[in-house]
Amino acid sequence: MRVFVLGGLVTLFFVAGLPRAAGQATTAKASAPIDITGYWVAFVTEDWRFRMITPRKGDYQPVPMTEQARKTADAWDPGADEASGNQCKAYGAGAIMRLAARFHITWQDENTLRVDSDYGMQTRLLHFAAHSSPGVRTWQGYSTAQWEKPGSLKVATSNLRAGYLRKNGVPYSENAVVTEYFDIAPIPGGGQVLLVTSIVDDPENLRQPFTTSSQFKKEADGSKWDPQPCTAK
Amino acid sequence: MIHSFTTLLLGLLACGSAVAQVDLTGSWTPRNHEFLTGDGLPVDFTGIPLSEEGRIRALSYSESQLEMVERQCQGWPAFYLVQGPFGLRIWSETDPIKGNTISYTIGGWEDRAPMTIWMDGRPHPSEYALHTRSGFTTGVWEGNTLVTYTTHMKAGFLRKTGAPSSDEAKVTMRFYRHGDILTVLEIIEDPIYLAEPWILSRSFQLSATPQPPIGPPCVTAYEGSVGATAPHYLPEKNPFVDEMTKKYGVPRDAAIGKPETLYPEYRKKIPPLVPVQ
Repeated sequence: MRVFVLGGLVTLFFVAGLPRAAGQATTAKASAPIDITGYWVAFVTEDWRFRMITPRKGDYQPVPMTEQARKTADAWDPGADEASGNQCKAYGAGAIMRLAARFHITWQDENTLRVDSDYGMQTRLLHFAAHSSPGVRTWQGYSTAQWEKPGSLKVATSNLRAGYLRKNGVPYSENAVVTEYFDIAPIPGGGQVLLVTSIVDDPENLRQPFTTSSQFKKEADGSKWDPQPCTAK
Repeated sequence: MIHSFTTLLLGLLACGSAVAQVDLTGSWTPRNHEFLTGDGLPVDFTGIPLSEEGRIRALSYSESQLEMVERQCQGWPAFYLVQGPFGLRIWSETDPIKGNTISYTIGGWEDRAPMTIWMDGRPHPSEYALHTRSGFTTGVWEGNTLVTYTTHMKAGFLRKTGAPSSDEAKVTMRFYRHGDILTVLEIIEDPIYLAEPWILSRSFQLSATPQPPIGPPCVTAYEGSVGATAPHYLPEKNPFVDEMTKKYGVPRDAAIGKPETLYPEYRKKIPPLVPVQ
């Protein structure tokens, strides 16, 4: 009897502790270790003057820019961006999660997370099942996603259109690669916070990968959702 | 035989628990790409959800207080480790018999005391116990995330420009390691000086270059202040209250830390042509 009990315990340990056998297909949605869907609002406790207002030309600190990037930023012309249809340059994947915005995260299908922003009205698609061709370059690029056990989401984005890290023209190139980690945590007293750590790697414009982490508070519904188009100024 | 199997099973379970954790020990250099401390303007409380009491205290603060010998080495509370410009040196203390981690210590700097994180399940002391700069911290693992809780900090500052913290402040920190990047999330609660929890984060990169376990000693010196009163500003008399507006076009409500300015909808209230001088 004792042998049966012990055997059962050992079997339970291995069944519970080992990963599923290969071939047991499951969707990203079904295997999600955390739930990041819902409405999230940026809680702007850092870099306020770079995020809530458009900083002055030349106010770049503390971005680790190359000399070439500085020259590019010094030539920033928001009027020209608007005239050329590039008013969304500061809303690309390299910067969007740092904007003072609301985000609505949903499952587009079983293997694709969709992230919509109200400010700039952008849409990101985070693909758990990679496509063969990422297509043309866009502001949001092409994002691949994977769950990191026990409870985190990793997203890698490339195939971008060149954009701005800040609204005052701090540039990133189309070769930039953005790596992000999404984590969630409870707020004492109630609520949830979404933490997004973002690493923009762009040797052309950055002396070292530009690393920021942004906080978002979960909202009960979309009653404060306020879509606004991109502006260059 | 049964005993051997049981020992094996318990060992495997213990192993499973151990591998669920990550190694945080080592040296971590800061990625100072975020502005968490302000840029030195006296009235920059942007991004801090101050209560009315907190705002009044903050606006009464004069940085000339740091001339006072008794204040020169006052240092900053434990949560300054995310705001300050320095790296982290983390080491652990292991029980020599059981092998479990008794504590982690995050080394200090000249102006922040080392912080010990007790992992052995000990309770926090009575609320009347001694309050120190670093406070009293306990920690637990939640999956791969180290979660710490700090109480018993002396009254200090939320930001160097004078936004105050009380001795009732408490901090929850979460340490997320993703490869060679460590992101620390802080949630600071202060029932006196904050209108709602203040949430901050910063990332650090694992480094082969050792970070010092403690900074140089703070040495006081006469800096010209011998008065019987602490330098301060009376209500409505702070001469720097509009500096952020003049220099950066930041509205006064944001500069003085009104909570509603931390949310995107405040953008609509920002005057379109705040004069920049």
